[in-house]
Amino acid sequence: MRYIFILIFSLFSPPVLGQGWEDQRLFSNGTSSQTLRILSNTDTRFFAPIIESFLATQPSLSIDYLVTGSADLYDIFRTSPAEFDVVISSAMDLQFKLANDGYALPLNDIVHPNWAQWRKSLFAFSTEPAAIVINRNAFKGILTPKSRQDLIEALRARPETFKEKIGTYDVRQSGLGYFFATQDARSSETYWRLTEVFGSLNARLYCCSGDMIDDLISGRIAVAYNVLGSYALGRTDAQSEIKVILPSNFPTTMMRSALVSRETRFPTAARAFIQHITDIQADGEKAAAFPLPPLDQTAKPLISLGPELMTYLDILKRRTFIQEWESAIIQ
Amino acid sequence: MIEVGQISGSLRKRLIITLIGGGAVLAVLIYLIVRTYATQIAQQGQDSILGASVTSILDAANLRKGDIEIDFPYASFSMLKTASDDRIFYAIYQDDKFLSGYERLAKMNPKTGTGSTFGNTIFKGANVRLASASRTLVGEGLRTELSITVAQTRDSLNGTLNRIGQNVALFGAGFFLLVIILAFWATSAAIAPLAQLTSSITRRGPHDLSPVISPVPREMAPLVFSLNKLMGRLDQSLTRSEDFIAEAAHRVRTPLATVRSYAEAMLQRVEKEENRRAMRSMIRAVDESSRAAGQLLDHAMITFRVDNLDWRTVNLSELVTDLVIRLTPIAEMRDVQIKLEAGEAIQVSADVILIQNAIRNLIDNALKYAPQESVVDIVIVANPRPEISIKDEGTGFPNEEMHILANRFERGSNSESITGSGLGLTIAQEVAEAHGGRLSLSNQVKGGACVTFSF
Repeated sequence: MRYIFILIFSLFSPPVLGQGWEDQRLFSNGTSSQTLRILSNTDTRFFAPIIESFLATQPSLSIDYLVTGSADLYDIFRTSPAEFDVVISSAMDLQFKLANDGYALPLNDIVHPNWAQWRKSLFAFSTEPAAIVINRNAFKGILTPKSRQDLIEALRARPETFKEKIGTYDVRQSGLGYFFATQDARSSETYWRLTEVFGSLNARLYCCSGDMIDDLISGRIAVAYNVLGSYALGRTDAQSEIKVILPSNFPTTMMRSALVSRETRFPTAARAFIQHITDIQADGEKAAAFPLPPLDQTAKPLISLGPELMTYLDILKRRTFIQEWESAIIQ
Repeated sequence: MIEVGQISGSLRKRLIITLIGGGAVLAVLIYLIVRTYATQIAQQGQDSILGASVTSILDAANLRKGDIEIDFPYASFSMLKTASDDRIFYAIYQDDKFLSGYERLAKMNPKTGTGSTFGNTIFKGANVRLASASRTLVGEGLRTELSITVAQTRDSLNGTLNRIGQNVALFGAGFFLLVIILAFWATSAAIAPLAQLTSSITRRGPHDLSPVISPVPREMAPLVFSLNKLMGRLDQSLTRSEDFIAEAAHRVRTPLATVRSYAEAMLQRVEKEENRRAMRSMIRAVDESSRAAGQLLDHAMITFRVDNLDWRTVNLSELVTDLVIRLTPIAEMRDVQIKLEAGEAIQVSADVILIQNAIRNLIDNALKYAPQESVVDIVIVANPRPEISIKDEGTGFPNEEMHILANRFERGSNSESITGSGLGLTIAQEVAEAHGGRLSLSNQVKGGACVTFSF
């Protein structure tokens, strides 16, 4: 079957006009009557194969795939939940809050492990660690760090080399960055020491993984901290330039998750889409054919879907955390 | 056909229904009580966790440069995790100013320092349980009141309650089943003495009017007492009527004998044939009456003796031989010969007077129905059981009436020409039954009746 992938700039979707999506693509075979609108923070290239395989089974559907940052995604969806049918995000805490606040439609008959879903309305479908990604050239002649501790030592040893050569998330802008930062901080004090070192080296702050990896490949920065390993590995064109390191002491691992909007216009199609993703991602063999990392069924996740995810979303807690973070990184 | 009397309801049914009804009420009561209790306990469980969560948030609060800072631990929310993935909501207020959380969550205005207060409300379309607590913070020139509310949906609680409810319902049903079994058991145990009394009275012989003496439960004593009294009165009135009949028969017999002797004397004197005929039928009538009176006397005597048998060892051959000798004159008058076949001495245990009476009646009958110049055969055998058979050469019993002939005052249809009261066979039968034997009637192949008295 042949699909026509058309990139449409706001022609058929006026509400999107002012949004300024990072990316938007309409998957359609031209004869479809229903268009499922998916709001996501995941790069289109990761989802395109899954969407195509889904549409192969549902010829009467087309899918409008809209990409934006996780924090924006959360705000946009809360403002207009009726505009979107499926929400996919890597920021577990924000996704959880959407489900907790009643924005998700419960889907009773989805077959999925119990620990990877919450209230039958939020479904986790991938296990992805936060990684330290380095530019191989910058580390020529030195031992590549295996842990956060190694990294701190490497940076302290050569401050002149790494001055303004460190990239990390601006936790004030990025929902995923904030999530990784808070989980890091919760696990170990090392995070704050690392952030202070970053601050002393005038680290660059990014809104999104993509920009950070681009700068890393171009050599503008030498180290990117807390980048999604899957994104870095996805840049197959640049594997000779960069190296992905999973911190050996405590890898922060998040689960990408999806929910169906309570106000969806196409509950049946949306349900079928969720079932399609979970079927593929929960089965290691099936998932191997797709670019997204599968749901790791072997180990119980360190960060599970539960109300504790809402802790750092509290305004007071967030204010305190951001203050501490700012005082550490902006010097 | 025995009259049963009117039946209204059943004791057994009434008892069973009362017991089962009571059991059902108890089972429902147990279900309600346990369920209410379980609800309270489950609610306490949820409340204590909500309270702990509120406290952990409150404890993390402090004033820094006049600003409230609450760095509450991860555990404040993770402790609220449930198997049913309950939703949680919270709100933090400083005095009455909303600081953080869900703004529209009801504020319960708890009193400072009194622990948490709890309540129910509906938030975002879900039934939630709330816990609130507050704390006063004092800083430099500042005194402020911080209050925290944490709410949780009740899915897990309801799941637990449903599980408990199901278990308790099963338990109640089991209890009810047990009650049904016990009800049937208790009812039969309670009814048993009544059934025993009934069967002991049913099993009695037709003449047994003695009082019930076996022990009965206290509740049945008045009934048994009344029953015994009734039977006593019945016994008395029966005895009295038997006495009366005997007395009457006795009184009638003596004058009848006088009338007969006068009639006989008169017969010698009258010569006119029609007068003689009249006299003869008069004598016959007197004979019949006298005989009936005699048999009534016999019967009354037998009825009395049957209830109080005087058991003795009797030589049956001797007894019958004796009777035959005594009856020979009567037989000779009628030109009938009595032939007795008695083997060796046959010993039986019996009431002599009754046996004599019965056998005499039977031989008497045979003589009456035997034609002139015929033989009455009396055979006594010892095996397989002692038996006396009396056979005549008369017309025999009418076949269709054989089964009723032994009834009182019942006479065969072929006996109109012969005097008799209809009591002879009755007497013999009652005696036979009183001795545990029986009287059987049959006709011989060559003609003539055969009566067998067996022990």
